[in-house]
Amino acid sequence: MDAAAPPPRLRLSGITKRYAAVTANSDISFEVGAGEIHALLGENGAGKSTLVKIIYGVVHPDAGEIAWEGRPTAIADPNAARALGIGMVFQHFSLFESLTVAENIALGLGARESIAALTGRIAEISGRYGLAVTPSRHVHHLSVGERQRVEIVRCLLQSPRLLIMDEPTSVLTPQEAEGLFDVLRRLSREGCSILYISHKLEEIKALCERATVLRAGRVVAACDPRVASEQQMAEMMIGGALPVAHRPAPLKEGRVCLAVDGLSLPADEPFGTNLRDISLTLRDGEILGIAGVAGNGQKELLAVLAGERRAPDAAAVRIADTPAGLLGPAARRRLGLAFIPEERLGRGAVAEFPLTENALLTAYQGFTRGGMVRYGAVQRYARDIIARFRVVAAGTDAPGSSLSGGNMQKFIVGREVGVNPRVLLAAHPTWGVDIGAALAIRQALMDLAAAGSGVLVVSEDLAELFEISDYIAVLSGGRLSPPRRTRETTVEEVGLLMGGRMADAAARDAVHAA
Amino acid sequence: MHETEIVVAIAVATLRAATPLMLAGFGELITERSGVLNLGVEGMMLVGAAFGFIGTVATGSLLAGFIIAMIAGALLALVFGGLTLTLMANQVATGLALTIFGVGFSALVGVKWVGTPLAGLATAIWPHLSAASPIVQQLMLLDPVVWIAVLVPFAAHWFIYRTRAGLILRAVGESHDVAHALGYSVLRIRYLAVLFGGAMSGLAGAYLSLSYSPMWAENMVAGRGWIALALVVFSTWKPLWLALGALLFGLVTIAQFQAEAFGLAVSPNLLAMLPYLATVVVLVLISRDATRLKLNAPAALGRPFHATA
Repeated sequence: MDAAAPPPRLRLSGITKRYAAVTANSDISFEVGAGEIHALLGENGAGKSTLVKIIYGVVHPDAGEIAWEGRPTAIADPNAARALGIGMVFQHFSLFESLTVAENIALGLGARESIAALTGRIAEISGRYGLAVTPSRHVHHLSVGERQRVEIVRCLLQSPRLLIMDEPTSVLTPQEAEGLFDVLRRLSREGCSILYISHKLEEIKALCERATVLRAGRVVAACDPRVASEQQMAEMMIGGALPVAHRPAPLKEGRVCLAVDGLSLPADEPFGTNLRDISLTLRDGEILGIAGVAGNGQKELLAVLAGERRAPDAAAVRIADTPAGLLGPAARRRLGLAFIPEERLGRGAVAEFPLTENALLTAYQGFTRGGMVRYGAVQRYARDIIARFRVVAAGTDAPGSSLSGGNMQKFIVGREVGVNPRVLLAAHPTWGVDIGAALAIRQALMDLAAAGSGVLVVSEDLAELFEISDYIAVLSGGRLSPPRRTRETTVEEVGLLMGGRMADAAARDAVHAA
Repeated sequence: MHETEIVVAIAVATLRAATPLMLAGFGELITERSGVLNLGVEGMMLVGAAFGFIGTVATGSLLAGFIIAMIAGALLALVFGGLTLTLMANQVATGLALTIFGVGFSALVGVKWVGTPLAGLATAIWPHLSAASPIVQQLMLLDPVVWIAVLVPFAAHWFIYRTRAGLILRAVGESHDVAHALGYSVLRIRYLAVLFGGAMSGLAGAYLSLSYSPMWAENMVAGRGWIALALVVFSTWKPLWLALGALLFGLVTIAQFQAEAFGLAVSPNLLAMLPYLATVVVLVLISRDATRLKLNAPAALGRPFHATA
């Protein structure tokens, strides 16, 4: 290195962290320069989260050295990291729901400053960067985008020299994400370095100037994302060729298998969303994608479709022409409904149960005789799922908790698809799942539709919905937009709807029509 | 004049009956706000009552007795903290065990002191009390501990909602993972909250044995620890509501005595039930509003914290 050049803002050399059985980080070394936007790429379980926790002082490395502006530094805890000028925006927001914005920021600053004085500084920063936040509001009233702005303002108040962003756009609308990029580019021009973690390759191409790729806890590649193609970066991440999903040709219009008519339902939780006048129709052989930022009624809609909550009247939800609004989950399953919930362990599967018993949980029809379980048949079923979806597991006796998130999700998808449901509800089916598993899951959903089932997918991943859905509708503030044919809509239009701009989209329609 | 006397007497008696609930309830409120559920309040109050009484008789000083009671309560809470916070034992089971232990332990150490006479707090401060007019006598029964209990809800409200320490306490009780990620020492804050809760329970117990009815009798706390616990939930973890609940319990307790004095033809056992029944009924009515309960409840209540680092 040139002796005259300033030292990099952050240099990691040989960072290693082992947990009981796994090595999360192994001999990781890279540098982040001043004002550089540096991407950290990798699949789930590649060690990205552990690494940033080490940089932020939450986790301590077993070996290796961190140099901050050229000086070797031990970062004891997050307070020490903040004192150095390291700020972090967490993937799962580190905000307290029941506290106000200003209180949350005060807690994150660790400085003794009156809320009144802080409120003034918050207003100043939010004005300077165009990050609108209201200090006196309670966090549980805020949308996800607003919450992220609060986190960013909290970091900026400490004049950071390195900002770590852990998958910041996974919860944003495309327009919100663009606004975030503007802020990050401006920070970078002002000399703040940014370590940007994401698996959305198009974003990394648009934003970052260098990328370090992690796989299985090691640095496997470095590249310039402005030059490398998305395909190349994806292959660096998964360490092999990228399989391609394909959509079988859609059938002609099938019969209605799921219908919701004018459904309104007040939220049953303090931070929940009221469902307002929701209508939708799903036909055999069709995939309906429901887009939207989480917290806009997805949870509530899925609960009332799956039967965990009852609809106000029986006719509000019809499964295969049978009024099902007042039926419970088991009765709806008997009508041919299957459900892949968002939480894999806890709702989708029991962590302590072996895979065999987890397979039995929902696929019990045909596996019991006279009240007795036919374990041999269940075991074969579980083995088939494992083989068909290449689930990485120790065997059919492995408990659910021993599988990684992506493998557990593949198993649950296999279980639900395997009963040949008339209607399948899938909630965020590939959330937090790595590329290979996500492809397998999407393929399974498309194959199921091709075989004649109706599939309803709720997801925040627009690229996914555009890839697999026949129709897309947007859930925003508890209202569902009229579904559009996927071929006839655009990401931008769906993004506007996600931001609650139904009127804008409608106006645009009027212009197009005119 | 007679009516004034009755009103004053009822007000004073209500305040005195509410005092132990306010003290123990407020201690538990702080503990629960940090995310720890300590069901051992009854046990800690009993140990406080026994040690406060013994301490006072042994040292001849009421102040020493109260301090010893608070230390005893805090020590018992420390055991609870060690088991549930450091060793991550189940909080509900450990709290129940703590109460059972407190009942037995206080009875064991107090056995020699049953029937020992003691001048109560009010008499000790104002030795010529019996010579004063009835109203003055009543007012003098409002001893310093009662005044502390009256101030406690306001102090607590100020602490929880206005100070930085209170903010950190609420934060830890809402999400220990987030608090940890931000660099706060979850365990240290919880230990402090648990110790404080124990000391307040000890003080509440000592008030019973040194002022409310100056004597030691086995199991003399008589379920007030449980009522204090219930009040914390009923108040949706808000100190001012907690004070209101404690006063309600106090008032119904006094009404029960009055009814007995008037010779009401109702079984005294039934009347003795009333304060508990009234508190539970109000509690159930209030808790029906699930939204309010969820909004204020410390979200991490009862969940063990394990730092993943």
